[in-house]
Amino acid sequence: MNIIVCIKQVPAKDAPLVISADGTWIREADIGYEMNEPDSFALEEALRLKEKHGGEVVVLSMGPARVTQTIKEALAKGADRAIHVTDDKFYALDPLGSARSLAAAIKDQKFDLILTGLQSDDHGFGQTGVLLAEILGLPHATIIMQIDAVEGHLKLKRELEAGWFQWVELPMPAVLSIQSGINKVRYATLKGIMAAKKKEIAAVSRESLGVSSELTQKLEKIYVPQKTKKTEFITGTAKESAAKLIEKLKHDARVI
Amino acid sequence: MKILAITEQREGKWNKASFETLAAAQQIAKDTNSTLTAAVIGDGIAALADELAGKDVAEVLLIEHELLGAYTPDGFSLALAQAISQGGFDLVLLPHTYQVRDFAPKLAASLGKGMIGDCIAYRNEGGKLIFVRQMFQGKTVADVSFAGAAPWFATFQAGAFRADLAAAHPSGKAPVKKISVELKPEQIRTKPMELFREAKQAVDLTQAPIIVAVGRGIKAPENIALAEKLAKAIGGEIAASRPICDEGWLPMERQIGSSGQTVAPKLYLALGISGAIQHVVGMKGSRTIVAINKDQNAPIFEVADYGIVGDIFELIPALTEELEKSKAG
Repeated sequence: MNIIVCIKQVPAKDAPLVISADGTWIREADIGYEMNEPDSFALEEALRLKEKHGGEVVVLSMGPARVTQTIKEALAKGADRAIHVTDDKFYALDPLGSARSLAAAIKDQKFDLILTGLQSDDHGFGQTGVLLAEILGLPHATIIMQIDAVEGHLKLKRELEAGWFQWVELPMPAVLSIQSGINKVRYATLKGIMAAKKKEIAAVSRESLGVSSELTQKLEKIYVPQKTKKTEFITGTAKESAAKLIEKLKHDARVI
Repeated sequence: MKILAITEQREGKWNKASFETLAAAQQIAKDTNSTLTAAVIGDGIAALADELAGKDVAEVLLIEHELLGAYTPDGFSLALAQAISQGGFDLVLLPHTYQVRDFAPKLAASLGKGMIGDCIAYRNEGGKLIFVRQMFQGKTVADVSFAGAAPWFATFQAGAFRADLAAAHPSGKAPVKKISVELKPEQIRTKPMELFREAKQAVDLTQAPIIVAVGRGIKAPENIALAEKLAKAIGGEIAASRPICDEGWLPMERQIGSSGQTVAPKLYLALGISGAIQHVVGMKGSRTIVAINKDQNAPIFEVADYGIVGDIFELIPALTEELEKSKAG
């Protein structure tokens, strides 16, 4: 089974975010980046499917040069090769533009499955997988908790809301968005890190793909949200804070 | 402008978020002097269309087909694309449910359009509609506008608007229009099976008056006991954010958030929970929220009434001790 897995690099969870001077993005310098956590579950699932069914795992990622760091991490974990769609202003694309670019970059690849994470921790659109399927004319399913591949078709466990689940069947090739927590993500081994150095990263500039950058939606500005609630901060030692909080919950909020 | 609000039902029961989106759509229609139409899609749902017609809308579209009885992304996208094109709608609004996330981007893209997803508010700036959505896991928000020609698609986050504010029809009922759509079995590639629940819910967190919830900050499964002790001392139920249940440190039935339970207790203690959107939508309706986190910039403080920036491993035992002391005294 040949699997393409889409991986995005996003600011690290604990990165201090400063909004850029023009107000449309964050200041990218001086912050750390990491693999988008939901995508790490998609990668792990791809590696497990490959271990079970054979074939290859191809990492597909878009973004500036720093993205190679995240691609190398995926290769070290066991992906076979990578396609890097280079674009310094990837962040300015809308979901449709991103998906069209990714689709154009893999049009000559042979694959049975495309896996994506559920959403990115930066934009958080959560649309890439569904859009890729539509653009490529493939069936899809999202929020997947289990994948059983048998004889050219898929049996999938989808998570619905409020504790409900559903099995669905799909023909292949197909695009699946993986629910976070579907598996336990592996770490790269030293051997894997060494092996990754010899693996191919095919870089292709987004510009060369001939995909229109015309936007369907425009990000006017980003800002730190205004508080909807006034938070009363309690300070002091742990013991003092605890006493003060209990006092307030008893006598001001009257909830205990 | 012609606005279409698409509702969601499953097996003849409403998804409550439908009426939140309807309330939003009514406000936008009023603000922009637009006509609002509501749609319900499925099979054998005439009664739901009739109920929807009691709301303040100009018309209700009843989109029925035997191939729409069970949800599939292909069936719903194809049917709705036909209804949207026939009706000539400019703005299509949906609730940001799991089901909508599964088909709405496809529906929009099939018409060559984009979608602004998971919006928490909107503004009308001199005729230009601005949609507000969260980014970076709620650490920032963004103002987003549509570019290019209509139809435009947007979805609203659960809880962003109040369902009980969806106004009733001023003079009885809106007309229901049955929409016939062309669908063939071979166009639907997904084979949907029965819905099921994993396990019996032994605990109903929605009924708990006090909830003590832990997040990634609890670090290790053996530390859960600390929070359980506090829950016992304060008379509350223990709960958690998704990563804790994914790890198996607490059962899935104790998960709060978009994929778990939505709760509104009188007191919610968030311990070591950063406050990702997916968690916050499940608890922001709580009467009093206490957040304890080592990161003073954690989004959880945005919704907290009381906040303590500090180490939960010092504060949890201190709170437990304080509660036991006051009980003893």
